[in-house]
Amino acid sequence: MKTKLKPVKLSAKRAVIASAQPVVPLNDRRLTFGSRWDYAPAPEESKNYIIPPRHELFINGKFVAPHSGKHFDTINPATEDKITEIALGDAQDVDKAVKAARRAYEKVWSKMPGRERGKYLYRIARIIQEKMRELAVLESMDGGKPIKETRDVDLPIVAAHFFYHAGWADKLQYAFPGRTPRPLGVVGQIIPWNFPLLMAAWKIAPALACGNTVVIKPSKTTSLTLVRLAQIFQEAELPEGVVNVITGVGETGTAIVKHPDVNKIAFTGSTEIGKQLAEMIVGTDKCITLELGGKAANIVFDDAPIDQAIEGIVAGIYFNMGHVCCAGSRLLVQENIFPTVVKKLRDRIQTLRIGNPLDKNTDIGAINNKPQLEKIRELVQSGVDEGAEVVQTSCTLPARGYWYPPTFLTGVTASHRVAQEEIFGPVLSVMTFRTPEEAVERANNTPYGLSAGVWTDKGSKIFKIVNKLRAGVVWANTYNKFDPTSPFGGYKESGFGREGGIQGLAAYCRLD
Amino acid sequence: MAEERAAAFTKRSIKTSAKLAGLKMVVSMMDLTTLEGKDTPGKVAYLCRKALQPAEAKYNVPPCGAVCVYPNMVKYARKFLGDNSPVHVASVATGFPSGQFPLPTRLNEVRRAVTDGADEIDMVINRCAFLAGDHAKMFDEIAAIKEACGPAHLKVILETGELVTYDNVRLASEIAMQAGADFIKTSTGKVSPAATMPVTLVMLEAIRDHFFATGVRIGMKPAGGIRNSKQALHYLVMVKETLGDDWLTPDLFRFGASTLLNDVLMQIARRVDGNYQGPDYFSLP
Repeated sequence: MKTKLKPVKLSAKRAVIASAQPVVPLNDRRLTFGSRWDYAPAPEESKNYIIPPRHELFINGKFVAPHSGKHFDTINPATEDKITEIALGDAQDVDKAVKAARRAYEKVWSKMPGRERGKYLYRIARIIQEKMRELAVLESMDGGKPIKETRDVDLPIVAAHFFYHAGWADKLQYAFPGRTPRPLGVVGQIIPWNFPLLMAAWKIAPALACGNTVVIKPSKTTSLTLVRLAQIFQEAELPEGVVNVITGVGETGTAIVKHPDVNKIAFTGSTEIGKQLAEMIVGTDKCITLELGGKAANIVFDDAPIDQAIEGIVAGIYFNMGHVCCAGSRLLVQENIFPTVVKKLRDRIQTLRIGNPLDKNTDIGAINNKPQLEKIRELVQSGVDEGAEVVQTSCTLPARGYWYPPTFLTGVTASHRVAQEEIFGPVLSVMTFRTPEEAVERANNTPYGLSAGVWTDKGSKIFKIVNKLRAGVVWANTYNKFDPTSPFGGYKESGFGREGGIQGLAAYCRLD
Repeated sequence: MAEERAAAFTKRSIKTSAKLAGLKMVVSMMDLTTLEGKDTPGKVAYLCRKALQPAEAKYNVPPCGAVCVYPNMVKYARKFLGDNSPVHVASVATGFPSGQFPLPTRLNEVRRAVTDGADEIDMVINRCAFLAGDHAKMFDEIAAIKEACGPAHLKVILETGELVTYDNVRLASEIAMQAGADFIKTSTGKVSPAATMPVTLVMLEAIRDHFFATGVRIGMKPAGGIRNSKQALHYLVMVKETLGDDWLTPDLFRFGASTLLNDVLMQIARRVDGNYQGPDYFSLP
C-alpha cells in the first residue's frame, strides 16, 4: 500500500528552530571551558578539628618533649600560615626511642603470638576508619593535598594496609613454604612528604605484623598526621615502645640510620638521600630497603582508546600534584597520534581545578614546600632553555602559598633534562616514538625503573611490551593503582625491596 | 577508565548558587515525557501546561525544553502549546521502542508526526541491523528518516542497554552522527539499563571527536533512569567538563525524563525558601 503524503506546513517560528547546525571553520573548532555554569566554593569543614599548638615526640608510648627543647613550625603550604609546632628530635631522642623499641621487642612484641599482634593491627585499622575524615582534613592542611585525594585515596588505602597486614600476623608461618619467618628486631623507618600517612602505613603495618618494633621519622614538612597516628596507637593500647615517632630534620634521620642497635632501615625518598643511607650502613649488619625516585614512561600506542588514555595520562602525572615517585612523567606517544593526544590533553588540563585543598572540587592542591616549587620552576625553565614548548592551564593561581599549574612540555627529546631528571611536580614531558621496539628502548633508557604504563587495545601487544619493560610496576590501560596485596618497588636507581603483598612481608622477616 | 572518569563527575560538590543555577538549567533542558499506552489528550494537556510553567512564578523557573509524546498525541500537544510556544513538541517515532517494523511504515510515521506539528523526532535505530553487522543498512535508514523529518530536528536513540558494550555505543554514535542525527540519545526508557553516566560519557566523547572532524555540534540526550536532582547535576557536570560551555544549552543537551521535574523543583524551592516542602505543593505533570 502506498501512502499519500501531505506537504508539511510550518510556522515561521518552527522553521527557525529547525535550521541546521552551523559548520564551525577548522581553526575555530575549540572547546570553551569557561564560566557559563561555575561551581560555588564547597569547603570541607575543618574548624571542628582542634590542632594543639605543640606536638611532642612519641617515645615508649608517651608524648615527651625533645632533648633539645626545640620545636619547629609546620605550615600550611596553601596559605603559608603556621599550623602548629613540631618537636625537633636529635640523636639522644633517637637513642631513647631505639632503647624503648628494643625493650618492647625483647619483652613483649616478638614474644606475642601472631594472632594477638593481629588484634592490635585490626584495632588500629578500625580507629583509622572512624577518624578518616579528620585525618584526611589534617593531611590536606599539612601537605597541600586536595581533600578529594586524601579522603578517597590516601586514607582508605592507609586503613586497607593495616587490615591486610593484620590478616597476615597469625598466618606468617604459612607465607613462605619450607621457611620459618622470624622478626628482624628494631626497624628504623624514614618516610617522605608526598604521602605522609600512607607511607607510614606501608612501613609500620608490615613491620608490626612480622613482630618487629619501629622507630619512624616523618619528613620535616609533614609530621602532623604521623603524630596523630601515634595518638591512635595510644588509643588502641598498643604496648609501649612498639612504635616510636621521632619528628625532626635530616640529621634526626641520620641518627636513626647510624644507631648501632637498629637492625633494618626502610627508606622512601629521593635517590640522592637513598644512596647516602646505603653508604652509611656499609660494614654493618643492618638490612636496608630503599624506595626511591622514578621517571616512568607512560606509553600510548596508536591503537589505544585515546580518550581513556588521556585520563590515564592525567591520573599518571597530575595526581597529588605530581609528587608521586611512580608518576608517569615521560609520555611516549606514537608519532601518528601525537597531534590528537596533545590537542585532547590541552583541553583536558583546562578542566583541572586548582585552589584551596580543602575545597571538595579541587583537583590540584598546593606544592608541598618552597624548595620543591623552586626545583619545579628551575627544571621547567631548563626545558624551555633547551627548546621545549610549555603548555599550561589558563587558571589563576592563589596569591599566597606554593602553587604550580598543570603543565606539559612538547618538543622534548631524550637529551633534555626534563626527560631525564625527576621533576616531582605537575609537569609532563611529551615525546614520540615510531615502533614498539623504539618505545621499549626509550622507556628503559633511564637510570630509574620504578613504574611504567602501556596503553593499547591489543592484548597481545600488552603482554609483549610489559615483559620487556624494566620497571617494578607496570600498569596496562590504567595508571597509579595501589593495593596492599600488590608488591611495589623498583629496579636500578629506583631502589630495591618490595612493599605490599607477600614480597613486602619478606622484607621484614629473616627467613630461616 | 570510562567508569572511573564518570564516577569522578559524581564527586563534584554542587552547592548554593551553583546548585540553583544548575537546577534551573536542568529544567530548561528537560524533555518532559509521557510514553504510555494509556496516554490521552487530557494527559497530554497536563504535561504541556506543566512544561510551559513548571513552578510558581516566584521561583523564576524557565519552561522545559520540550514535551515528548507518542505520534498520536502530537496534534494534541501542538494544539495546546500553539505555534509560537517556547516548549517544543518532540515525538518518538519509527516503531518506538523496538523499531522492528518495515521502513515505509516507520517513514510514514515520521512524516505524519511532523505534519501533525512535531519539532523534534526521537527515532530508534535498527538494532537488529547494527548487531547483525549491517551498519550500512542502519546508516541508510537513519539518512532516510532524516530526510522524512524535513525541517524537524532528529534525535537518534541508540538503545544502549541493547548494544551493551562501549565499543558498540561508540560505533553506533558515529554512524548516527554521520547519517544526519542532530542529537544522539541513549535510551527509550523501556529497556534496562537506560542512561548511565559511563555510556553517556562515551557518547559525549564521540560528539567531541565529530565536532573536531566536521565542525558540527551534535546534541546529547540521556534518557531513562535519571530521577533526582543530584543525578541530573552529575550529568551537567559531565557535559561541562567534557564538551565545555557551548553544550550547556537546551539546543545541545536534553534530559529525557518523566519523574525528574518535581524533584528538581523541590530542590529549587528549598534553595529559594530555605526549607523543604511536601510533594503536595508541586503539581503533577
